[in-house]
Amino acid sequence: MQSEKQSNSLTRQVIQSISDASLVPFLAILTAVVVGGVIIAFVGGDPLLAYRGLIQGSFGSTKALSETAVWATPYIFAGLAVALAFKGGLFNIGAEGQLAVGAVASSLIGYALPEWLGYDLPAIIHLPLAIIFGILMGGLWAGIVGWLKAYTGGHEVINTIMMNYIALNTTSFLLNGVMKDRSPTNVIARTPLIADSARIPPLFEGLRVHWGFILALLVAFLIWWLLNKTTLGFQIRTVGLNPDAAKYAGINVKRIIILTMVLSGMLAGMAGTIEVTGLNYRHELGFSIGYGYDAIAIALLGKSHPLGVVLSAFLFAAMRNGATRMQFLTQMPVDLISMLQAFILLFVAADAIVRYIYRIKSKGERVVLTRGWGG
Amino acid sequence: MDWKRFGFIALIIIVLFGTVVMIGQVKQPPILIITSMLATTIAVATPLTLGALSGVYCERAGVVNIGIEGMMLTAAFFGWLGAIYMFNVFGRDAGLSIALGVFFAILSGLLMALLHAVLSITFKVDQIIGGTVINILAVGLTGFLNRQLFFGKGSVFGGSVPGSPGVLPTIHIPLTEIFTPICGASASCLQNLIAINRVFDQKPIAISAILLVFFSHYVLFNTRWGLRTRAVGEHPKAADTVGINVVKMRYLNVLIGGMFAGLAGAYFTIESVPSFEPLLTNGRGFISLAAMIFGNWTPIGAWAASLVFGASQALLINMQIFRDVIPPQWSFLQESYIVGLTPYILTMFILTGIIGKTTPPAADGVPYEK
Repeated sequence: MQSEKQSNSLTRQVIQSISDASLVPFLAILTAVVVGGVIIAFVGGDPLLAYRGLIQGSFGSTKALSETAVWATPYIFAGLAVALAFKGGLFNIGAEGQLAVGAVASSLIGYALPEWLGYDLPAIIHLPLAIIFGILMGGLWAGIVGWLKAYTGGHEVINTIMMNYIALNTTSFLLNGVMKDRSPTNVIARTPLIADSARIPPLFEGLRVHWGFILALLVAFLIWWLLNKTTLGFQIRTVGLNPDAAKYAGINVKRIIILTMVLSGMLAGMAGTIEVTGLNYRHELGFSIGYGYDAIAIALLGKSHPLGVVLSAFLFAAMRNGATRMQFLTQMPVDLISMLQAFILLFVAADAIVRYIYRIKSKGERVVLTRGWGG
Repeated sequence: MDWKRFGFIALIIIVLFGTVVMIGQVKQPPILIITSMLATTIAVATPLTLGALSGVYCERAGVVNIGIEGMMLTAAFFGWLGAIYMFNVFGRDAGLSIALGVFFAILSGLLMALLHAVLSITFKVDQIIGGTVINILAVGLTGFLNRQLFFGKGSVFGGSVPGSPGVLPTIHIPLTEIFTPICGASASCLQNLIAINRVFDQKPIAISAILLVFFSHYVLFNTRWGLRTRAVGEHPKAADTVGINVVKMRYLNVLIGGMFAGLAGAYFTIESVPSFEPLLTNGRGFISLAAMIFGNWTPIGAWAASLVFGASQALLINMQIFRDVIPPQWSFLQESYIVGLTPYILTMFILTGIIGKTTPPAADGVPYEK
């Protein structure tokens, strides 16, 4: 009897804490939808029709659902990348670049390795190789920034952005040059198709959603476990909350900073890798653009919690996926979605505004990232 | 700014110019190359200089502003939009439309800065997140409006971008006319004079950027306003105690910074090329932050650092001009993607602090709690 009552109140506590945590993000989304509606009406559109199109296009059919999951897959990885860095007190704006180098690396392994070796590899070796290589490149790309942060104080915000441009230039160079798809009809900067043995199989026949989606959910759980159940996770969170205290507690802060960036970059690299091996079967130049900012928005909306990241990744995926249907119904440009997402982010980041509008009391928790520029 | 830093800047600029002269001298005399490089450097450094000044005002007052990129992008769009509307819809003449375009650009920079100020000063949102919000909002807003207003259903322009009123004119500074008597009958002397004159013939925003550098230096270090600005950025509590309104000073400086970023945005669409494309600022806002840091939060230092980035862009442009005479052992210089890496790698190199550590204002990024 007693224990039943206890477990009952425990359940209530859990529900309470979840609803507390999701109240502000929920209201932020609501506010953004209203503001977005006003803007749609302002430029001469029909907000209700636009939103109906969005929902139909993202959840209206099995195919639509599958496509939403397809969109959500890289968003989950990239969102986790930014969220993990946030937990460690680092701001990774470079998910875009890490994603691009990851995608390039795994397409290279995907199409060129059989040529180099001169024989076909079995999928059980080829696919993991392609994925691991992409992840490692992503980790390396972010690790450089982590190293610079730990040993020279160069601020990761500017350095990750610079690495984005370096990644963009380098991939442009490669995809227009040595790695370009040489098939006679091709004029686009893209790699050749990867071998069948480096492809992730689809989950269901006839739908594009693939096993990478399941992998994304597993990785989200893994990151939750890492952050909350392991010593490393504890160290990352401690450095994130207070690097000075972490230092006095005997944590090697420099090592943790580098490690956090490497892990974050590996997750972002995975987003690129999974898109190549699971969906596009090649890397195309323009593909990575915009993912970095989306990933930041997803991490912030999900409050850097892996479950929150998965949910907000779904929301963003649904919006991206439903946008085409919305455009079809209302002739509103797809870019509307970017603006809607910006407003969601605005209201999530500035939760003080949402709290002010809806008169919700603050619990006094605040993300702190700005710690001067170093330099 | 110390001499080591200026020395480094001079060294990099000499190396970049030297590379171009070495390669291009088979085609053009060095003086022509150097003067045209200088003219390009000054022109393309303009948005970086103005962006860096924007950062100096904000951060001297204690507000980190990584939203300069977004402010520039918004201003570039609305300045261009304003000029086109004035020209095509309201039928104003080209000159007036362009001038109003600059005004709209500055205004939109100001409004974005107001958002940043509200977020970071009033609501005490983390300033890096606030700046990121500005950047993302700018991408979404300009991308959407660009598509909707010009190509969307019911667009006043009927689905195509209408004719633009053009760009700001070059202001001719009559050095040649003044100094011609010195040359006498020497034709080569006159040629050199014309070449040198080209360096000074810049467009209005480029010229005002340089004037604003020295103006800002004077304001920050020689006026009461500047002293108060620096006080709220270094030690807001002390400033508050002696009766300075910290919140007001921070607000005003962030707004001034926004106007500078707005003018920087106007450079892209009203002074450089009369067209807009999504994401056209291309990281210039972030590079100008690096220039600000390397310039140790001083206007003149930031300007000098901006010139380094301007020179690396001039290198890229000139490598395309001299593409066919690049010797085979230097063939990597033909690859614009590789040469284009220069400003980004320079930025990261500078931020390592190898050239000397810089000190940000003590209260930079810290919201003020009474």
